[in-house]
Amino acid sequence: MLDVIATALPALGDAWALILQPIVLGYLVLGVVMGLCIGVFPGLGGIAGLSLLLPFMFGMDPILGLALMVGMVAVVPTSDTFASVLMGIPGSSASQATVLDGFPMAKKGQAARALSAAFASSLFGGLVGASFLTIFILVARPIVLEFRTPELLMITIFGLSMVGILAGRVAIKGIVAAGLGMLIGTIGEGASSGDLRMSSYDFPYLTDGLKLVIVGLGIFAIPEIISLLRQDRAIAKEQSLGGGWLDGVKDWFANIWLSVRCSIIGVIVGVIPGLGGSVVDWIAYGHAVQTTKDKTNFGKGEVRGIIGPESSNNAKEGGGLVPTLLFGIPGSGSMAIFIGAIALLGSGQIEVGPAMLKNNLDITYSIVWLLALANVVGTVICIAASGGIAKLTTIRFALLAPFLFMIISFAAFQSGQNLMDLVALFGIGFLGIMMRRFDWSRPAFLIGFVLSNPAETYANQALQIAQSRFRKGVDEGLDYIFSPIVIVLLIITVVSVVVGLRQAKNIMAEGDVQSGTKRAPLIFLLLITAYIAYAFYDAASIPSFSRDRTFPMFVAGVCLVGCAVLIIRMMLKPETDTIFADREVNGDDAEAVHSLWPTLGWFAALLVLTSLLGFILALVLFLFSFLRIRAGLGMAFAASYTALGLLLMCGMAWLLNRDFPPGLLQTYVDLPWPLT
Amino acid sequence: MSFMKTTRRVAYSLVAAAAATFSFQAQAGGHGIDLTGKTVEWIIPFSETGGSAKWANFYAPLLSEALPGNPTVVVKFMPGAGSTKGANFFQEQSYDDGTLIFGSSGSTQFPFLLGDPRVKYNYDDWNVVLASGTGGVAYLPPETAEKMNGLDASGLQGEDFIYGSQGATRLDLVPLLAWEMLGLSVEPVFGIKGRGDGRLMFERGEANIDYQTSSSYLKGVTPLVEAGTAVPMMSWGALDADGNIVRDPTFPDMPTFKEVCEATAGCETSGEKWDAWKAFFVAGFPAQKMVFLPNGASNDAMVTYTAAFEAVKARADFAEISSKRLGKYPQLTGEEAQTAKASATQVPQAAKDFVTGWLEERYGVTLK
Repeated sequence: MLDVIATALPALGDAWALILQPIVLGYLVLGVVMGLCIGVFPGLGGIAGLSLLLPFMFGMDPILGLALMVGMVAVVPTSDTFASVLMGIPGSSASQATVLDGFPMAKKGQAARALSAAFASSLFGGLVGASFLTIFILVARPIVLEFRTPELLMITIFGLSMVGILAGRVAIKGIVAAGLGMLIGTIGEGASSGDLRMSSYDFPYLTDGLKLVIVGLGIFAIPEIISLLRQDRAIAKEQSLGGGWLDGVKDWFANIWLSVRCSIIGVIVGVIPGLGGSVVDWIAYGHAVQTTKDKTNFGKGEVRGIIGPESSNNAKEGGGLVPTLLFGIPGSGSMAIFIGAIALLGSGQIEVGPAMLKNNLDITYSIVWLLALANVVGTVICIAASGGIAKLTTIRFALLAPFLFMIISFAAFQSGQNLMDLVALFGIGFLGIMMRRFDWSRPAFLIGFVLSNPAETYANQALQIAQSRFRKGVDEGLDYIFSPIVIVLLIITVVSVVVGLRQAKNIMAEGDVQSGTKRAPLIFLLLITAYIAYAFYDAASIPSFSRDRTFPMFVAGVCLVGCAVLIIRMMLKPETDTIFADREVNGDDAEAVHSLWPTLGWFAALLVLTSLLGFILALVLFLFSFLRIRAGLGMAFAASYTALGLLLMCGMAWLLNRDFPPGLLQTYVDLPWPLT
Repeated sequence: MSFMKTTRRVAYSLVAAAAATFSFQAQAGGHGIDLTGKTVEWIIPFSETGGSAKWANFYAPLLSEALPGNPTVVVKFMPGAGSTKGANFFQEQSYDDGTLIFGSSGSTQFPFLLGDPRVKYNYDDWNVVLASGTGGVAYLPPETAEKMNGLDASGLQGEDFIYGSQGATRLDLVPLLAWEMLGLSVEPVFGIKGRGDGRLMFERGEANIDYQTSSSYLKGVTPLVEAGTAVPMMSWGALDADGNIVRDPTFPDMPTFKEVCEATAGCETSGEKWDAWKAFFVAGFPAQKMVFLPNGASNDAMVTYTAAFEAVKARADFAEISSKRLGKYPQLTGEEAQTAKASATQVPQAAKDFVTGWLEERYGVTLK
């Protein structure tokens, strides 16, 4: 222990001496501001920002380059909170769980409070993460190596067990929803032998699988946007915004221990290579739910549901530095670029990997504390801005919606640079709308989707390695599978599932939904069952020696049993039973001014126009006619808003060097950018 | 029939290469193209996070300085279908004003050679201006490495080996085939995302054999070797001017697979298996990453880009900055790049047939 401190302290001193130079701080602030501007756009995040900086990294003074990059990366999980809280758009995988309670708070007119609680938690999480790492990074290597494939699989299963808490009132529905998410996650080439699931080489788009950006936006953002648009009101129901930013900070302080615990969860999960950030916020959310006495407010705007995930996601960024710097294995896409960029700095003397601690401990500490400092700067800016930005929620939604459609379409297109991205977004969006309508847990679906890939890969790998160990001896095989870490995780998981299922009835992640007639919910269930059955058949037709068939068949099999139970229950119960929940019968959606189809039609029109004319031309028509017809603006207003939106879009794309989806027109005529 | 086809293709490409060389020399003193105020798009058919991204990000700023008119060079990532999507896209582009270039990798070459049905591109149509090579090193845990008797690997033949693999049809084909030729029973665990994950699996003690490309070996494995937790087994070697496999200049003290094979009973350095291995090694490593201009590129453009990459290579600090990021491997331009491209993309039909048959029999992988 003394050794550890004796090596750490001088390096820590050097690190602070490096950081606390005015020019370094200047670069850090510059990075933070750029990161904030980019992070506000959903789906772009750190990768886009870092790519923007890369050309300047070559030969740059290492500490300045690091300050700039770290500043940018650090604030993305902070700034994407704006989109998740204010618009219900999950900006990145780090803010999916924030949507659950953040957006309902915004709808209640407490956006500023929700935002500042989120930011305070982020800041605190970042600082806790950095402090923890300062010591932990010195001893991390052997500990991280203890996490073998069975341990990784177990953490994934633990993450999946959060479905139990978010399953909704009918637990089996939640489980089927998660299973459906997992099946959608298996679409495309299997990781093991490259066999195709639910796709074909004749239709190449699906062979790469659906991207998280598209599924996240489709499943959460589109249903909310469409619903608000139908009700034709502002996001916040009350015109006067209650709860200023100070209240949010107070909320955070009142729950400081929750924040501490979730920060530590964040660092630890972040430290383990291979899982990245995808599970952290759900585990933190689950923890927040389990440690709250009165659970009835979750999903309707419970501030603890924001503090938990937000504390963990910034701490996770710090934890993610361990696999990145110590093993040279990036925990996320942005970290991968970060590693690449470090090699470009200076004369390339910083070599990320096992030698980093020995040769560059001061640089390592500089990165850790630059990250923490960037969090502080970013949070202060965000809190200062939150009061003003929260006013967006009082604007009539019809004026906001077309721009949101524009932004999410652009974000979706960035994931695959294919017009099919927009079709997929529309398709998943429609599924999301239906799931929301019939009270199928969308968080459960998303958890299933996110964890489908790791669950399948780790299960296959652990099985294969275990088989090889068992061939050497039964003891060796058992030692491999049932390590102490696995057993501990197993116990936690079982407890969490049992407790979770018992509580799930109280937690309405989708809000309180009234029951109505039998027909519509039954049809939706039958459609889902049909998809799952087909997925089962499709996986079963993969040759039996391939490992790519096992996982989808298993998941589909379990889901089919669940569907059968649901169908039987629907046949037996009266139509007042919760299983027949239907939003179109009662509540906001039923009383909405506009019906579903015309509203969805607007979005479909944008899609069709894009496929014909390309994105920018389609956008001109879409924005103008939407503002003119649906929002009822005058010619002059509609025209100037359209111009403003276009300017924003083109500016963003130009800055980040991105293209727009081309349409049929572009195959015949060569047009200059941005019309290409 | 296929023999005829191959012969014809070889003949065509020889003529084409000769023509290209001739015109190259004729035009060498020509005007070239001016790219002032333009933006060069460099398409990389992988994500921002892979080895090709690092390679392109290394070259992009240097290329920008070296091209006439100092255009902005932006790297554009177009991942999908293991690089097939981006390559198919590039195939559809025709030469315009020299502002579009493409970077391919071994993972683009292998599906092309193996007749993957998704491949719609043809290397014969593309004009190479740079070929970057690399090498690879296989390594073992120390207790296993002790079982090797000098260069003789037959002591390892009874072991159960686990190897973290990205897929048998990718570059991993080269190590998997090599180990099999040595008589080792290596079980690949598929589904890892990159070679870094394979190394991690080795470090965790789950995998007990692994290989890394040279730069990753230097960064990630050398510290393990120094700490005594890994021992190098062999390198794949490098090609000399006559196409023979010789010791890798980056690892002159390490035996090559050829040497180990010669010393191990049952492993032959001749015959169809060896020829197939060598053909795919040549396709995957000595010319792993190449820069292309699209179909129909003008000679002026070829001259300009070739000169630019030569200027980059001639930088006083090039040896220093490149050895850390790319390893000490030839960065070939002009005629040498043409030769490298030819050897990397014109694999004898017999080698292709052998490998497709082997993949199907051994791993159940078919590419139809």
